Amino acid sequence: MTQSDYSNTDKIMMGERSPLEKTFDQGFRWLTLGFAISIGLILISIAVIIAVGAFPAIKQFNFSFFTNSNWNPVTDEYGVIAVIYGTIVSSLISLIIAIPLGVGAAVFLSEDFIPEQIRTVLVFLVELLAAIPSVVYGLWGIFVLIPITTVFGTWLNQNFGWFPLFSSPPAGPGMLPAGIVLSIMILPIIIAISRDSLASLPPDLRQASLGLGATRWETIFRVLIPAAISGIMGGVMLALGRAMGETMAATMIIGNSNRLSISILDPANTIASLIANQFAEASGLQISALMYAGLVLMLLTLIVNILAEYIVNQVKAKYE
Amino acid sequence: MITTTIGSLKKNSSSPRVILGTVMTGLSGLCMILTLIPLIAVLFFVFVQGFSRLDTDLFTQLPPPPGLDEGGLANAIIGTLVVVGIAVVIAVPVGVLAAVYLSEFSHGNKFATSIRFATNVLSGVPSIIAGIFAFGLLVSSGIVGFSAIAGGVALAVLMLPTIIRTTDEALKIVPQEIRWAALGVGAYNYQTVLKIVLPAALPGIVTGITLAIARAAGETAPLIFTALFSNFWPNISPQGLAEPIATLSVLVYNFAILPFKPQQELAWAGSLILVLLVLGTSILARLATRRKVY
Amino acid sequence: MQESLRNDEELLRQSVIELMDVDIFYGTYKAVKEVNLNIPKNKITAFIGPSGCGKSTILRCLNRLNDLISSFKLKGRVTYHGQDLYAKDIDPVEVRKRIGMVFQRPNPFPKTIYDNVAYGARVNGYKGDLDELVETSLRRAALWDEVKDKLGESGFSLSGGQQQRLCIARTVAAQPEVVLMDEPCSALDPISTLKIEELMQELKENYTIVIVTHNMQQATRVADMTAFFNAEAVGNKGNKVGYLVEFDQTEKIFSNPEEQSTKDYVSGRFG
Repeated sequence: MTQSDYSNTDKIMMGERSPLEKTFDQGFRWLTLGFAISIGLILISIAVIIAVGAFPAIKQFNFSFFTNSNWNPVTDEYGVIAVIYGTIVSSLISLIIAIPLGVGAAVFLSEDFIPEQIRTVLVFLVELLAAIPSVVYGLWGIFVLIPITTVFGTWLNQNFGWFPLFSSPPAGPGMLPAGIVLSIMILPIIIAISRDSLASLPPDLRQASLGLGATRWETIFRVLIPAAISGIMGGVMLALGRAMGETMAATMIIGNSNRLSISILDPANTIASLIANQFAEASGLQISALMYAGLVLMLLTLIVNILAEYIVNQVKAKYE
Repeated sequence: MITTTIGSLKKNSSSPRVILGTVMTGLSGLCMILTLIPLIAVLFFVFVQGFSRLDTDLFTQLPPPPGLDEGGLANAIIGTLVVVGIAVVIAVPVGVLAAVYLSEFSHGNKFATSIRFATNVLSGVPSIIAGIFAFGLLVSSGIVGFSAIAGGVALAVLMLPTIIRTTDEALKIVPQEIRWAALGVGAYNYQTVLKIVLPAALPGIVTGITLAIARAAGETAPLIFTALFSNFWPNISPQGLAEPIATLSVLVYNFAILPFKPQQELAWAGSLILVLLVLGTSILARLATRRKVY
Repeated sequence: MQESLRNDEELLRQSVIELMDVDIFYGTYKAVKEVNLNIPKNKITAFIGPSGCGKSTILRCLNRLNDLISSFKLKGRVTYHGQDLYAKDIDPVEVRKRIGMVFQRPNPFPKTIYDNVAYGARVNGYKGDLDELVETSLRRAALWDEVKDKLGESGFSLSGGQQQRLCIARTVAAQPEVVLMDEPCSALDPISTLKIEELMQELKENYTIVIVTHNMQQATRVADMTAFFNAEAVGNKGNKVGYLVEFDQTEKIFSNPEEQSTKDYVSGRFG
C-alpha cells in the first residue's frame, strides 16, 4: 500500500466522505435502476407502438380480420385466417418432427451411453445448430431441401392424395419444407430443455428404480421421463413459440401464397412471413393491417412463452 | 431352503427386456444422428458453395448489377459492422447496468422479479416484431427514416435479453466475500461494482456479449424494413447513419431469391461469412467460459 | 467355546452373501481393503463405523448399485448363494431384483402411493393379483392403515416417516430375498425411527436384512450381527482406506469386543 492509500482509509474510517462521491454513488444506483426500468418500458412500448400502428386496421376490420381468408392489397381487404392456418400448421409439422427426435436425443445425451468427452462435443454441436442464422437455413432450404421434399411430396400426393393434407401436387416451396426447416431450428431448444430437466432430477430416483430391479430403459420410461415431463412440455412450448415467430426460414421456403389451402404440399404463408414479405413495400392501410397481424403474432407467442415459463418454473420448484 | 427359488442371475440376451433396451438405445442414438445430419448438411453446402467465391473481390467490391458477373459484398460487410456496432453501443451499457441493478442493488425484490420476467418475455419476442417496433418508433414517426440507426435499434432490442441474462448470471457467481471485503474497507457501492465485481465477472459478461453480437449479425427479419438495403458503399458519417444500408444477412435473403447465378453465389458466400462468424464466436465463448477467474 | 464354534459353523452354512478379500477402488484410489464377511440368512446384520470407513460403499456393492459410478472397480469375490455377483455374465438387473435397497433419504417416485408400491412388481412382470400384493406389502411396512383410503394420492403427500415406510413397502413388493438399508432412519424423527426398527424385526422372518447405521443404539436394538469398520490413513494426502475390524454377534461387539479399536468406538471414544 502506498502512503496515499493509508490516508484514504483513514479518512473513510473517520466518516469523511466527500459529498461529490456520495452523490455519484447515489447517481450510479439510480442509473442502473433506470436501465432496469427501461427493459419493462421497451416491452410495453413494443406493444403500444404496434397497437397504435394497427389501430386504423383494427377500427376498419375489427373481428372480421379473423374470419376473412383474403389478403388483398389491391382492394385493401385484409384477413388473417389463411396466415394463421399457415402459422399453426407449419409449427405443428415442426413439432411432430422435433419432439420425438429432440426427446430421444436428450435422453441419449443425459445417459452415459458414450464417454463424457464425446457427449460434450455433441452438446456443443447442438448449440451450434441453434446459432446458425435463420437466413442461412432459408438459403439451404431453397437450394437443397426443397428439391428433396418435392420428390417426397410428389410420392405422398400420388399415393395418399385422397388425404386432404396431401391433396395437391407439390409446387416446390410449401408448408412441408418450411415445417422441416422449422423443426431443425427448434430441435436445439427441445434438446437443451429436456436434457436440463432430466439432469435436474434427483439421482435418488434413478437409484430407487434400479434398486427395484428395473432396467435402464424401464427407469427412463417409467420414472425419469414422467418425472421430467413438465420440463419437457415447457421446452416444447418454448419451441412452439419460436416456430410461430420464426421469420426468415419460413419466408424463403413457404412460398408466400395468401390463398388458404388445406394441403401441406401447397405454398402458404405464416404471419411472420407475410409481414417480412410485404412490409417494406406496403403503404397506408396495408401497413396498419400488417401491424394488426404483428399484434396477433405477438399475443400468440406471448401466451405460449408465458405458459412455457410457468411450466418450467413449476418443475424447478418441485425438486429444489 | 429358499436356494431353490433363486434361479439364474445370468444375463439372458434373448429376454424381451434386454432386447427392448438394446433397441431403445439404438433408437435414441439414431435421434441424435438425425439431429446432427441437418447441421452437417448445412455446413457442408455453405462451405462448398461459399468457398468458390471466397476471394479478395468478395471483400473489396460492390455487388454486381443483375446480369453481370464478379463483384463482392464489401458494402454489406461494412454495413453489418455499422448496424451491429450501433446495436452494441445501445444494448451493452443498458443491458450490463440493468443486470447490475438486478444482481447488486435489487436484493431480490418484487420489482427485480418482474424485470427478470420482462427480460424472459422480451427474449421470446419474434425478431420480426422487433423490426416493426423500430419501424414504428423511428421510421413511420419520421424521426430517421429507413436507416442504419433504425436497424441498430431493432437489433439492440434483440440483444438485450441475452446480455442481461448472461451478465446477471456472471455477477451472481462472483463470491459474496469479495463484495464484503471491498465494502469493508470503505469502498462506495459504485466503486465496489465497477472496480471489483464487474472485472471479476468480466469473462462471463464478454462471453454473453459476444454471443449476442454473433446472433445479431445473422438476424435478417428485423432489418428488411428498417435498415432496408443498398447497392452502394455506405456513407460513414453521422448523416450516413440515417440512410438505408446493406447488411450481409439481408443480402443473403435478397440474392437467394434472385434467378441469377452470380447473385446466388454471393448469397452462399455471405452465408459462409455469417456461419464462420457464428462458429468462431461459439468456440471462443466455449474457451472463455472454461477459464474462470473464480 | 464349543457354543460359539457351533454358531460360527451354522452361520457359514446359512450365509446368503459372502464377501471374500474384497477391495474397492474409485479410479486408482483404494476406498476399501480386504473385507471378508458372511451375511447370515434371516438375520439383521448391522454395519457400523466412523464416517468415511466405507460401510455404505460396501453395502452398495452387494446389489451392484455402484455400477452407476464409472470409476468404480471391485477386486475379490462377492457371492450370493454361491454365484459370483461380479462375474461377467451376471445381469445386475437380476441381482437387484433379489437384493433390494432402502435409501438414506425417503425417495418415493412422483407417482401415486399405489403405483409406487406396484412399481417393482410391474417392471418384473408380476403375474399375480397386484392389488393384493400392494396391500400385503403396505401391511408388512406397517403403513396400510394410514394410507388405505388414499392409495391414489401422490407419494409426496406423506410425512417423512411414512414416505420411508412407503419405500420399504416398495422394496418388499418387488419380492427380494435380501433388503439392504442405507441409514434408513437418519432423516427421520425418533418416533418414525422406532416404528421402522419394529418393522425390521418383523421383516427379518421373511428377509435377510443388512443395515448401515451411524447410530450405535440402533445397532444394539435391531441387529443380530454387527460388523465394525474403521478407516486408516494411507500416504500423506489425507486419503483413507476402510477395512473390517471385527464381525460378530451384536452382543459380543458391544460388550466384549476382541479389538481395542472396536471397544474405543462402541464406548464413544471416537467417531
